[in-house]
Amino acid sequence: MDIPTLEKIAAQVRRDAVRMIYQVQSGHPGGALGAADLFVALYFAHMRHTPDPFSPTGDGEDVFILSNGHICASWYAVLARSGYFPIQELSTFRKINSRLQGHPATKEHLPGVRIATGSLGQGLSVAIGIALGKKLKGDPHRVYVMIGDGEANEGQIWEAALFAAHHKVDNLIAILDRNYKQIDGDTREVLSTDPMEDKWRAFGWEVLSLHDPHHFPTILQTLEEARQRSGAGKPLIIIAYTTMGKGVDFMENDYRWHGKAPGPQEFERAIAQLPETLQDF
Amino acid sequence: MRPRYTSTGDKDTRSGFGAGLVEAAEKDPRIVALSADLMSSVKMDAFAKKYPHRFFQCGVAEANMIGVAAGLATVGFIPFVGTFANFATGRVYDQIRQSVCYSGKNVKIAASHAGLTLGEDGATHQMLEDIGLMRGLPGMTVLSPCDYNQTRLATLAAAQWDGPVYLRFGRPPVPNFTPAEDPSFQIGKIQVLLDGKDGVIFATGHMVWHALQASYALEEKGLSIAVINVHTLKPLDKEGIAAWLERSPIIVTAEEHQIHNGLGDAISHVATEYCPRCIHRIAVQDTFGESGKPDELLEKYGLNTRHIIAAIEKVLHTLK
Repeated sequence: MDIPTLEKIAAQVRRDAVRMIYQVQSGHPGGALGAADLFVALYFAHMRHTPDPFSPTGDGEDVFILSNGHICASWYAVLARSGYFPIQELSTFRKINSRLQGHPATKEHLPGVRIATGSLGQGLSVAIGIALGKKLKGDPHRVYVMIGDGEANEGQIWEAALFAAHHKVDNLIAILDRNYKQIDGDTREVLSTDPMEDKWRAFGWEVLSLHDPHHFPTILQTLEEARQRSGAGKPLIIIAYTTMGKGVDFMENDYRWHGKAPGPQEFERAIAQLPETLQDF
Repeated sequence: MRPRYTSTGDKDTRSGFGAGLVEAAEKDPRIVALSADLMSSVKMDAFAKKYPHRFFQCGVAEANMIGVAAGLATVGFIPFVGTFANFATGRVYDQIRQSVCYSGKNVKIAASHAGLTLGEDGATHQMLEDIGLMRGLPGMTVLSPCDYNQTRLATLAAAQWDGPVYLRFGRPPVPNFTPAEDPSFQIGKIQVLLDGKDGVIFATGHMVWHALQASYALEEKGLSIAVINVHTLKPLDKEGIAAWLERSPIIVTAEEHQIHNGLGDAISHVATEYCPRCIHRIAVQDTFGESGKPDELLEKYGLNTRHIIAAIEKVLHTLK
């Protein structure tokens, strides 16, 4: 898929996420906007996957786990627009009787979701388990997992980091959404995880830096490099220096947009910056 | 029907789990196992030796272990995670809640060293709240077998059961009195071990043997007390239990667990729905344990044959 098409999809996905959150007046726009380009690159260009029919076990395909489940608005939009479920269903986000729960869940059988996430720190371990399962089954496909910057405060992340290196889980590619923001403020002020890259290296991981995770050629190049370098005995992590709120100027780099819906005037300002490149849901 | 159960010798229930795990793995290649640095204590070493590629040592990192198990289950494996009951529940409650139960993953949680009879290690390790924690989770099945043979059978049954299972067992050697093969053991069904018209004891885990001894002793005093093994705390055999509640003048529950949220509360719940009754609950009375020998602890905290007899005689006196 060419770069202009990916950019067009990403623009619509941002618009989808903001509309979804605005309509229900709840959700997490900051992280959803920040990771939108990564989701689009994974699902529309990089991963080898089959949206329909959806396979809960993910045998014979690449699998993605969203460990920082709260940023799911843009992930749902990417799942819908890549064919996992009808685009119109995005309008049910966070509403009663919806398959699109506030945080990703499997109970309602939403295609694309393989584990519930939301309570932080758990998805990396789950992805490691899926990766081990693929090895046991002789399935050469990769497992991708995104973890949040604030989520790296959780002890379980570092338990998982130890485990993956010890057991040489080298079919795993983690992506850290390093936007330096968490609910209460800047990650360096709330609970510093610096130096992040050195920590992962010290834990035995291969580390790649992605300094412009909003530029598709760079994202795709880094993902391809990750795939090439995986399979060599070490788990791999991409530290993606994302911009929280990317695409809506007043949300960018402002931690207060972690989990707040825009009001009517804010929505007008936001949507004016997010053109309808594909058809709205 | 009042058979005389005799022990074929003391055996630890955790070894019943170890034997059952290897057998289950022989039958089903989907079974894998994970341990958090307690492989030998939880008797998973035979499995690890026989199936090294299906065994994952997780180190002292239980939260990650639950998540990895959920991932393996996602791909279609049947993971058994093994550790002590306190690390298997309280320490990883949120991981079990979200990654296993809410996500509907077919993970089996094997919890050893449950209850006071862990002994000398003391209260930090004497898990007495686990049944309550696990009963409260939607989708969880909770098993608490009574001896070595039944723990082996429960392990085999858990392997075949579709969905999350919490399997509780213990550390010390205890009388092994149920048959090695027992068609009457079925998940979700009470086992009537002794019939009786004067009263009933609902017991679970190690307390079942004590309940049997209490019933035999009371028989010599002319009382006929039934003994029901409630090896499945969830799903609870409500109809089976309600029938015994209705017909029994004296009702006692016995468990190696806190008085809150365990067997006694589960039976009381049935009583409130079907037939309100006065129930005497033998359990740890909202306190922590301490170091000591298993028998000393059971005596001090009121959880043995003598205390069951005393409870029944007290209720009998009240009735008169």
